[in-house]
Amino acid sequence: MSFGPFLLLALMEGLVSAAVLALMASGLSLVFGVMRVVNVAHGAFFMTGAVLAWFVAGHVPGPPVWGWLAALVVVPPMVGLMAAAVDTLVLKRLEYEPEAVIVATIGLLYILEQAALIGFGPDARPVAAPFSLRLQLPWFGYSGYKLFVVAAAGLVLLALWLVMTRTRFGLVMRATQVDRTTARAFGINVDRVYAGTFGLGAALAAVAAVLVVPTTQVHYLMGGDPLLLSFITVIIGGLGSLRGTLVAALIIGLSDGVISMFWAPTLSKIIATLLVALVLVFRPQGLFGAKA
Amino acid sequence: MAAVILQATGLAKAFGGLKAVDGVDFALRAGEIHALIGPNGAGKTTFVSLLSGRIAPDAGRIELGEEDITALPAHARVRKGIAYTFQITSIYPRLSVFDNVALAVQSQGARDLRAGVAEALGRVGMESLVSQEAGTLSYGHQRLLELAMGLALKPRVLILDEPTQGLAAGEIDGFVALVRGLVSETTVLMIEHNMEVVMDLAQRITVLNFGQVLAQGTPAEIRANPAVQAAYLGTGDAAA
Amino acid sequence: MKAWLFHLVALAGLAVLAAVLPAYHANNLARVLVLAVYATGYNLAFGYTGMLSLGHALFFGAGMFGAALPVTLWGWGGVPVLALGMLAGGVVAGAVGLLALRTKGVSFMIVTLMFAQAGYLTLIWFNAVTGGDQGLVLPGAARRVLGIDLTQDAPRLWLALGIYAVALLLAVALVRSRFGRIMLAMRENEERSRMLGYNPYAVKLKVLVVSGLYAGLAGAAYGLFFGYAGAGFATVQYSILPMLYSLLGGAGTALGPLIGAAAMFWLIDFVSSLTNAYLMLVGVALIVLVLFAPRGILGFVRERWLPWLP
Repeated sequence: MSFGPFLLLALMEGLVSAAVLALMASGLSLVFGVMRVVNVAHGAFFMTGAVLAWFVAGHVPGPPVWGWLAALVVVPPMVGLMAAAVDTLVLKRLEYEPEAVIVATIGLLYILEQAALIGFGPDARPVAAPFSLRLQLPWFGYSGYKLFVVAAAGLVLLALWLVMTRTRFGLVMRATQVDRTTARAFGINVDRVYAGTFGLGAALAAVAAVLVVPTTQVHYLMGGDPLLLSFITVIIGGLGSLRGTLVAALIIGLSDGVISMFWAPTLSKIIATLLVALVLVFRPQGLFGAKA
Repeated sequence: MAAVILQATGLAKAFGGLKAVDGVDFALRAGEIHALIGPNGAGKTTFVSLLSGRIAPDAGRIELGEEDITALPAHARVRKGIAYTFQITSIYPRLSVFDNVALAVQSQGARDLRAGVAEALGRVGMESLVSQEAGTLSYGHQRLLELAMGLALKPRVLILDEPTQGLAAGEIDGFVALVRGLVSETTVLMIEHNMEVVMDLAQRITVLNFGQVLAQGTPAEIRANPAVQAAYLGTGDAAA
Repeated sequence: MKAWLFHLVALAGLAVLAAVLPAYHANNLARVLVLAVYATGYNLAFGYTGMLSLGHALFFGAGMFGAALPVTLWGWGGVPVLALGMLAGGVVAGAVGLLALRTKGVSFMIVTLMFAQAGYLTLIWFNAVTGGDQGLVLPGAARRVLGIDLTQDAPRLWLALGIYAVALLLAVALVRSRFGRIMLAMRENEERSRMLGYNPYAVKLKVLVVSGLYAGLAGAAYGLFFGYAGAGFATVQYSILPMLYSLLGGAGTALGPLIGAAAMFWLIDFVSSLTNAYLMLVGVALIVLVLFAPRGILGFVRERWLPWLP
């Protein structure tokens, strides 16, 4: 294969990573933006979503599409509810003290991973794709499902944007983000907004998981890399800025696809983690965020 | 006239579009008690924050004695002799009174911590509370502790940011006597809203308004200044 | 005086344990003591100075490979490689601190985490030298320190106890010194400390370097004592463990990290005989501690009975 098609393939793979990353990272960004806390268990919510998707898909008879659809409908609310419960039972009691929340969500990360190890086991397992359309380009064939993932992620993000800008819940969320005390004074139930936001953030990770499992395999440690990439995305994009997060997801997803096609993934990860550290030190508002 | 110990020239600081301090020239004479007054938002706290180095100026120059300290960070200015006591009491609530004051004493490299702490606490009459946890002190005692920490630094210039705020009338009297007693050893610059305290203590007064110096002079001069009356004292009788 | 006596009695108790414990637990105690050196250093930064780092695994790893690489590359051994490992931990901590200490709180946690992750990946990247995931097995010849044969259980335990004793007493001396008071001041109120003439950046950098020296020594000792150095010791988990030990034993208490390390080690040892998901315990412990017992065991003891405890 010559360079042009090779690059096209890399870009297409990159677009898929970017779409999934955008979902993951917008969940993390949302939680940070509204609640001012960092959720280290975000990758574990992703993994939990994948494990549950595997479980649900395996229990629905008929062609794979039914199982997958059932997972898409059932799993994100389940993970979201679980996260909302964690918010109420743990984070709220910590009064959202940022450092304590990090420690607690590290704990949660261990609990979820180890629970998956007990319930799901140490092996990697596949989930069947809902359909197996193959797109034949002049140079190579490409999975139609992967392109569907990109479209679906785009739809979900559009829906998220509509929720944030057009609904009462979005308004309440933004009001709480600007000033928690004032929001409370205006009769907003801040506790419920926080639980809802934390749940929504986790549900977005679960959506990403359901979308992505047919192209990869389910494993109890699969949350690590997506967590790291989401961190990178959110920080480069400017903490708490949804638009910055999307731009960063696109750039990082695409470059990750391209870079890992041409360079060793370890080296690109080293560079990316160092870049994040340096951005936080020298440009904490992110590369795309406005100067504070 | 006494020598100038702290001097600001053309000092300016803006936050966004707001000029909080706008080209202030100011001289503090050694050994005086100098009050900084002005309506809320006049830039008083910003001004002393610039002097103490807690924020960096956009323009202007600050000299301590003969030395240009404009570029020095806050902690280095403290070592040079500019002490700052916070408007909102800022102590170490979970450390003992002894440790609170000891941190100030040892900052000056004193050999004998105990003696230094005892001396500073003696000045504010808190020797008996030396082993108490600072956070459990009454508000008035916390203010005094803050002052003791400032004194323990043995500063050349002591900046007090609204020192009498929240004190009871009796405590204010004690405070006034205490500050008056400092004249022989240090120079005091204080932001103060209580006009009785200002007129009683200050030898000179600087009035800030909209980030600029509106007037400067003795209490009598300030009282008589029509511009000050218009901008700040209202009818000229607000002190009463 | 009481404080010194307390810690000397504790060390004497450890010596008795070292003499009477059966082989299996004596070996575990040696591991616990080395991990306690690591956690004691971590606690100087976290418990006393208020720096919550998620990057200490990098300093531990630097110590471990700072000692292991001279062994495998040039055939060194003994005290020089221990010293090199310790130095490596301190130097790396200093380098990380120079940058990371420009941030605080959550940003500091993430920056240190990212540096440590980059360090871990670097160990993997140079797997030709570091052994990558497989790690390096250190030959017995290199594992002699001051004539003590570290392949033997008993001598190893006594050396571990000796190193811990020195580490503990130095930590006690440090936190009881004038500088120790400044460390607490940084933890309690950084802005106030600045206005008392202390440079927070410089103070915290010094503490981080000391903490890195502890971590480096512990990493080097762990490698040399048990004959193995692996990149796995530079993963995030090894940053979280000393935090957990400190939290459990009591952040900001000198002996707390040892108590936390011992309790966690034996708990995990016990649970791992029942299930392979023994790390669940780490997660549960972290959440329970931040929720219900943020002061930890010795912190509670200090609050109730021994207010003079350093």
